[in-house]
Amino acid sequence: MPQPAITDLEQLKDRPAVAALQAASLVESVKLDRDELTIYINRADIRQACETLRESPQTKFNFLCDVTCVDVFPSEPRFEVIYHLLSHSRKERVRLIAKVPGGDPSIESLMGVWPSVNFFEREIFDLFGLRFLGHPNLRRIMMPEDWEGHPLRKDYPVEGYR
Amino acid sequence: MILNMGPQHPSTHGVLRLLLEIDGETVVKCIPDIGYLHTGIEKTCEAKFYQQVVPLTDRIDYLCPMTNNLTYCLAVEKLLQLEIPPRAQYLRVLLNELTRINSHLVWLGTHALDIGAMTVFLYCFREREQLLRIFENVSGQRMMTSYFRIGGVSLDPPLDFWSKVKDFIDKFPKRVDEYEGLLTSNPIWIERTRGVAHLTADDCIALGVSGPTARASGIDWDLRRDMPYSSYEKFKFKVPVAASGDVYARYLLRVQELRESNSIARQALEGMPQGPFKSDAPKVVLPDREKMKTQMEALIYHFKIVTEGFSVPAGEVYQAVESPRGEMGYYVRSDGTAKPYRVHMRGACFANLHALEKLCVGRLLADVVAAIGSIDIVLGEIDR
Repeated sequence: MPQPAITDLEQLKDRPAVAALQAASLVESVKLDRDELTIYINRADIRQACETLRESPQTKFNFLCDVTCVDVFPSEPRFEVIYHLLSHSRKERVRLIAKVPGGDPSIESLMGVWPSVNFFEREIFDLFGLRFLGHPNLRRIMMPEDWEGHPLRKDYPVEGYR
Repeated sequence: MILNMGPQHPSTHGVLRLLLEIDGETVVKCIPDIGYLHTGIEKTCEAKFYQQVVPLTDRIDYLCPMTNNLTYCLAVEKLLQLEIPPRAQYLRVLLNELTRINSHLVWLGTHALDIGAMTVFLYCFREREQLLRIFENVSGQRMMTSYFRIGGVSLDPPLDFWSKVKDFIDKFPKRVDEYEGLLTSNPIWIERTRGVAHLTADDCIALGVSGPTARASGIDWDLRRDMPYSSYEKFKFKVPVAASGDVYARYLLRVQELRESNSIARQALEGMPQGPFKSDAPKVVLPDREKMKTQMEALIYHFKIVTEGFSVPAGEVYQAVESPRGEMGYYVRSDGTAKPYRVHMRGACFANLHALEKLCVGRLLADVVAAIGSIDIVLGEIDR
């Protein structure tokens, strides 16, 4: 069986990513589970958090691997936007999670920090219906332009018609 | 003028549509339009048991099925905290490197065909046929192998597998010499590829490019070496890096990778440990057929795994491996039931395709074909 996850901020505050974000007081909570560090960020701070992690000489998370989303319907806040950052020089990964309420599904775009988020944000917009504020070209990418609904939401059926 | 390229076009390697705005022969703007192969695999995964997702992962990137199997299995094994026996780990490394060779051979053949060198295609597919026969020998399937299982591999390879692999590995370096003889110093090839579709290291980081395309631009990063998985830390291999970042550099780099992969496969074959090929976790791993016929518990476990699946402790993991195209990552979240709550695939091609605009703008229309070939995209993985 896996070890229980560590969620105590005090125990994890020496981790460079946690320390850098805490210096700017951007950490909502943390989790260390199966050797993977997760930091929960307020959705209003996500851009600042990513810039901090990229610029800080202690963290140097220079590469954005992946952006994805999870729908935890019917609980609220409904969406979790998940960012996986990688540091080439320190050989370390970190996961940032920003929770987004179902009533106002929007979050700031990271296009200004990493242009690589372009397709990932469009994919989330298409399949989950989250709006990325400041994205220059937020159009559907997988589904046809006139498609109704967002297929990866949990209230969208796997089979049959809606 | 706006020119439509694709979706049915031989050099887009699948069903990619490009909207090219051109001024004379020069590309001013290049907008990729994807989604023609979207099958909703991520959604399908949420309705399947954990073990039923393995065959779906093959279908994402049909040129390197084993790499996708491996990534998914590693992710679920990390969720379960399963120990994998060394023989299974070595088998996975061996087959992964053969898969990389397979994938690079298809890339080299089709890329050369796009640019006009037809012979290379025939040479590459000769060796690929040999590899597909090896895959059929070990898994029963030529392309959609689904050979890896959560907790190990499905079966111990048949006895003649080892001699077939050895035969391939022994002959392959000479074959690579043949490909290089056709292309490396061919003046037409050099003219079409050198200095074309240039990408700098900073562009690669900003645009999320990984794998051989990034290494050809001077980014010294290979997950097999830098964040080893499945006992890659026990193998000795070089990670080729080039600085010039053009189509020719990517070609040379992948050819070097063919040789390195062959060397890793040889090390795996020679150092293949004895022992079990799947881990001792009766609630997760299907029992042997023999045991099912003689032991009651084995039969019960088999019945339960097949009918109800197995529950995976709640949590989330991200597991990345170095696929032939770059960083292939699987994000898997479990809510404690027998079906994954969310499976997300980070496809290397999906990120690499984003760099296509940067590669094409300002170049000639004919270079678009070379640029698409050089980033080695597979549309199945992009659209999922």
